[in-house]
Amino acid sequence: MTTWKFGNDIDTDAIIPGRYLTIYDPKELASHAFEGTRNAFAKEAAEGDIITAGRNFGCGSSREHAPIAIRGAGVQAVVAISFARIFYRNCIATGVLPVICPEADTITEDEEIILHLDEGHLTAGERTLKVEPIPAFMRKIIDAGGLVEYAKNLTEIEICTK
Amino acid sequence: MAATITEKIFSRRCAKEISAGDVMMAPIDAAMIHDITGPLAINKFREMGGTTVFDPAKIIMLFDHQVPADSIPAAENQKFMRAFAAEQDILNYDIHEGVCHQVAVEKGRVRPGDIVVGCDSHTCTYGAIGAFATGIGSTDMGFAMKYGALHFRIPESLKLTTTGTFQNRVGPKDLILSMIGDLTVDGATYKAVEFTGDTISEMSVPGRMTCCNMAIEMGGKAGIVAPDEVTRAYCGGRMDGGWLDLAPDDDATYVLEREYDAADLVPQIAAPHNVDNVGDVTKFAGTPVDQVFIGSCTNGRYEDLAEAAEVLDGRKFAPDIRVIIVPASKTEYLKALRAGLIETFVEAGGMVEAPCCGPCMGGAFGILAPGEVSLSTSNRNFRGRQGSTEAEVYLCSPATAAASAITGEITDPREVA
Repeated sequence: MTTWKFGNDIDTDAIIPGRYLTIYDPKELASHAFEGTRNAFAKEAAEGDIITAGRNFGCGSSREHAPIAIRGAGVQAVVAISFARIFYRNCIATGVLPVICPEADTITEDEEIILHLDEGHLTAGERTLKVEPIPAFMRKIIDAGGLVEYAKNLTEIEICTK
Repeated sequence: MAATITEKIFSRRCAKEISAGDVMMAPIDAAMIHDITGPLAINKFREMGGTTVFDPAKIIMLFDHQVPADSIPAAENQKFMRAFAAEQDILNYDIHEGVCHQVAVEKGRVRPGDIVVGCDSHTCTYGAIGAFATGIGSTDMGFAMKYGALHFRIPESLKLTTTGTFQNRVGPKDLILSMIGDLTVDGATYKAVEFTGDTISEMSVPGRMTCCNMAIEMGGKAGIVAPDEVTRAYCGGRMDGGWLDLAPDDDATYVLEREYDAADLVPQIAAPHNVDNVGDVTKFAGTPVDQVFIGSCTNGRYEDLAEAAEVLDGRKFAPDIRVIIVPASKTEYLKALRAGLIETFVEAGGMVEAPCCGPCMGGAFGILAPGEVSLSTSNRNFRGRQGSTEAEVYLCSPATAAASAITGEITDPREVA
């Protein structure tokens, strides 16, 4: 497992440039992930890898191509101090686990990360770091395997309306 | 209980008291999809078992990012969406009307008090007329199109109060850039941003659209202005219904309140590569540019083009740069055409393109080579946004863009008289 460490304010144009938005295939999108800003990612990322980042990961566009590209590259979880809102929702919807960890920026690429979300922490190498719980409603979608799987199994929904 | 604009909208729509922090399945009054994010939303809708959309009249569909189709994959995506529109009986504006956010508002497809989602981060623009509007991804949109509802966490709000009158050649874009500089790119994450104060009261709907449009650039879930007489005048004749009495209560709860003085403000620039890297134009004056873009959902309306033409005042653009002007919609294009602005721009050496997103997202045309510098009235200056990751994008107002297009370098629009 490789840890890919990024900084603050990683935007969705960096994750997947605008010129590739006609593509929807996860593997093909993954081949252009971080193109021009971190070319090694597309070449070397593998199943089970984790991204770590600072504040505001995934800011910018609503393009779902961004979490799809990351997932296509094999990354199952992004551990960051904070996430941009739309990206966070898109992760939940598409099956990338967004983990909020106030000390995410202290994790080094040498540390292996193991998530213990139910216990509210992760281990990075020898260290134990706190993570924020995922809201209950979001957890239901994650446990279903994403929003598509969740929606498939819905018989009816209760809309809060008059 | 005292409520913000956002809490009022959700409480009204849901007929019970809703407060920030509540998680709910809320009804959707309008849902917007375009050529980039729409095909995936349709696929997700179908994967969820969707057969007919919840209400075809509430789906806003058009193509604006890569139009007319600039590649075979883009053409295929548009063809796919046309077929879906025909099958579902959705009105598709296709490539005919312009940029999604301008079209949704000017066609009266969103109303004050509506809860609106759009498959585009700048959907927050519709807050200019008092809608709660937010950008979502394609899978969320698939769900919204199937059920006519979506899960929301009701956001806390920020209250940004602006007073005073802008100096000549200073306007809404300079104001919102200075606010982003102040609050930073994640200063409003997951929050609704309320714009208020006498400067906003006196601001036109197009100016308010410029401000609300960029609420996302500080992380905002929505930008919103309480509907008033300006809103009423704009919406009249465009739409039926809508709620105009949404002014927040005096004692509503805000997580942050800030005050700004419009009279003190000078033209602002957001320098590469983050939108909060903001400073006075004087700090960047003299920076040579290769391309100037006037347009986008942020600044492609008639008022923006008129201001640029006024600054231009019959002069020519610098011969060794490219100046690309793209009206935000057909309506705005025709207004500019009839006022003689298009002729002014063409005579000056500019390229006027048909309404679309243009160079803003670096996918269609006007793409930058390594080492090139763009000055743009759009909303993002991320590395690689308009082409090469080794290019640079500066953001500014239409007045600053026009002044700089005359000289070929970043120029204070107050200096070209």
